[in-house]
Amino acid sequence: MDQSLKTIPLDAWHRKFGARMVPFAGYAMPVQYDFTDAMADRCRGGVLAEHLHCRGQAALFDVSHMGQAMLVGPGAAAALERLVPGDILGLKPGRQRYTLLTNGTGGIIDDLMVAKLAEDRLFLVVNASRKDVDFAHIAAALPAGIVLRPLPDRALLALQGPAAAEIVASALPFMGVAEIEISGIRCLVSRSGYTGEDGFEISVPADDAEALADRLLQHAAVVPAGLGARDSLRLEAGLCLYGNDIDETTTPIEAGLTWTIGKRRKTTWDFPGGSAIRDQLDNGAPRLRVGIKPDGRAPARSSTEIVDAGTITSGGFSPTLNAPIAMGYVRRELAEDGAALTLMVRGKALPATVVPMPFVPHRYAR
Amino acid sequence: MAKKKSDIRYTKDHEWVALDGDIATVGITDHAQEQLGDVVHVELPDMDRTVSANEACAVVESVKAASDIYAPLAGIVVEINETIVEDPAIVNSDAEGEGWFFRLELDDVAAFEELMDEEAYEEYLETL
Repeated sequence: MDQSLKTIPLDAWHRKFGARMVPFAGYAMPVQYDFTDAMADRCRGGVLAEHLHCRGQAALFDVSHMGQAMLVGPGAAAALERLVPGDILGLKPGRQRYTLLTNGTGGIIDDLMVAKLAEDRLFLVVNASRKDVDFAHIAAALPAGIVLRPLPDRALLALQGPAAAEIVASALPFMGVAEIEISGIRCLVSRSGYTGEDGFEISVPADDAEALADRLLQHAAVVPAGLGARDSLRLEAGLCLYGNDIDETTTPIEAGLTWTIGKRRKTTWDFPGGSAIRDQLDNGAPRLRVGIKPDGRAPARSSTEIVDAGTITSGGFSPTLNAPIAMGYVRRELAEDGAALTLMVRGKALPATVVPMPFVPHRYAR
Repeated sequence: MAKKKSDIRYTKDHEWVALDGDIATVGITDHAQEQLGDVVHVELPDMDRTVSANEACAVVESVKAASDIYAPLAGIVVEINETIVEDPAIVNSDAEGEGWFFRLELDDVAAFEELMDEEAYEEYLETL
């Protein structure tokens, strides 16, 4: 493997469980596992089995490649609001919100989670491929007295699935955040995830990551799962992948993320790209992100052409539905459930239909 | 397969070929199915299609990606394995047996001998 790749704290731990490591956003990351020994009794391994294990029991994902940072200082929430359309001032301590960094034309620089730990203390989690861009962008916009402190020495684990709640044994509500102890290890935990299942994202000092992962695996319901299953799970859940479904050329309106714009922010539009985004909200966006169900069993992958309508941005096979699913952008007139589309897959026209998302119902702890 | 491994040849695209008279059975190797991961969809060539050597004529889709399957030798498609279309997981569980893709009536049976034997294929895998 490429020597210039960065390693995550649990690199050796994953390999011990039979991980297949691949380059992703500059890191060697587990994409799937060929389980051995005890873990093989719990799960066959591979994207399909890891995916189904997450839906049925619980899966442990290592997402330590993602960017974590603290934004600290009086007025931190107000400072961040200058960069995002979300209501950060109104976020209560102990709560987390999904929001977007937008650019001047209404495009999306990144999507991120913002947790309010205290009035002047925000915890941010951003995409691995965007963390350098994001951190520079945020730091450049901060007034004196507010600092962005990246946390490269912390790991991030996600325990996802219906069995997660009894393992973490926390009363956190969905999108709640707290510092709690899990198996005696102090962690910063949010009840959230990227699979559509109930679950937790757990930030922990890199030095404690292995002990935490080992203790979580002591529960027979848990197996490690790789980025392959994470991708198919989030696609079933209808969640965007930065770089595929959203980027600097797609707006929150086009992406179906209008709900991330705070109510107060819709009266002031005082965030980057606010006027462009307002115009799309008032007059309609030229294209919209929709769920797409191809006929038959052939998956339509990312970049597949939707004839005279747009492009697939994420596509694959749904293990839960045992059928291909996709999402993509289509002309506004076609963005209606039941609309007939034609996909060009390997030079052949493949019929498909616009369908509502998520493809698999969310099971968050509400 | 009833055949001994020595009757089987391999390609650099990770197909195996078993010869019986002038009929060649073609599938993907165990190494290939391992690399692909869970196979979820297979597209086979039409019957009676004439294919040249190294022509893409089938597709295997795993959860991760789509891959072309090439005709290892020139010939005519005389049989296709519909079973793997109905149950693609067979390609993972028995790639070099029940998971075969198609059978070709070869134009030139002698060309079979020019493909890699098991030992050469194993050596080739070492270089990857």
